[in-house]
Amino acid sequence: MALVENNRLDDAGFRISEATAADYVALLKPRVMSLVVFTAFVGLVAAPVTLNPLLAVIAILAIAIGAGASGALNMWYDADIDAVMTRTANRPVPSGRVRPGEALAFGLVLSVLSVLTLGVLVNWLSASLLAFTIFFYVVVYTMWLKRSTPQNIVIGGAAGAFPPMIGWAAATGSVGLESVILFLITFLWTPPHFWALALFKCEDYARAGIPMMPNVVGAASTRRQIFAYTLLVAPVGVLPWFFGFTSAGYGLVAAALGAGFIWYAWNVLAMRDGDRAMKPAKAMFAYSLLYLFGIFAAYLADSVLARALALPGA
Amino acid sequence: MKDDELVTMTEKQKRARRSRSIAIGLALAVLVVLFYFATIAKFGPAILDRPL
Repeated sequence: MALVENNRLDDAGFRISEATAADYVALLKPRVMSLVVFTAFVGLVAAPVTLNPLLAVIAILAIAIGAGASGALNMWYDADIDAVMTRTANRPVPSGRVRPGEALAFGLVLSVLSVLTLGVLVNWLSASLLAFTIFFYVVVYTMWLKRSTPQNIVIGGAAGAFPPMIGWAAATGSVGLESVILFLITFLWTPPHFWALALFKCEDYARAGIPMMPNVVGAASTRRQIFAYTLLVAPVGVLPWFFGFTSAGYGLVAAALGAGFIWYAWNVLAMRDGDRAMKPAKAMFAYSLLYLFGIFAAYLADSVLARALALPGA
Repeated sequence: MKDDELVTMTEKQKRARRSRSIAIGLALAVLVVLFYFATIAKFGPAILDRPL
């Protein structure tokens, strides 16, 4: 009998997929991707070399797909812990809409496609950085650090901080001090951002057995560390102006945003131990998103303005 | 071969398959257009300048 005539489904594991295109889009973590796209775009536009507009769009698209691919691989590996956390239980893999193998294949194919596209059409330095970022997020953070140390998001934060550097490398073919500072801002911003979330999602993480800082060293120590990292990131945010990469306008905005960040972190530090509502932590989490967006938007506006004013006749 | 041994998809499965098919089709079409114009942008008119 020819194989094609064998249409009986004796395999108990066989099932026809009910996953829609939207489920595959969800595997790419579109909200994280939007932040990656934005920061990569800022790195690319702020670079002193202007890339062909179409190649710039392709570079951003490749970085976005690479970030999405690492999100899909993260969801493949973390399906067991995602299933027990309320925030993530409805993700495509733990909810059963997408099978783990499908998510793995999707993530691997997109990883290879995005890195090769960036390498062939833009340059191999940015492609190598993208490949390293995917590797760092999936293997170093997801598979190793996340379940083993409360410093997981501190070190793993590097993966989220690379996109502006990749954007810069796509335009210039090198890694400048400017892009290193943009990397540092996101890297130092990650701990206060995630620990604010971990404070009010502490029980979720405990149920999943993830050693987030509040579960390991307690809320009081986490609040102090949030404050310490905020004290670090606020001045680093002003560094681009300090080194003369931007105008004083950016410096003022960054200083104001940093002062706001410290104010919110101070409120978190002053939070009572038994505070169940944790309003300061929730406010800190929301403000942290605004802070990062504001810093990068100000950097972008400053770069575009500087370039426009430098045009002959302007 | 009896009919009940064949795979019969539910409406939900058919809708899901259609949604995936459209998405794959669109993604492939976008890639074709992107790579076509990217090739021109990358190499410019020099792409035609080769020994025959």
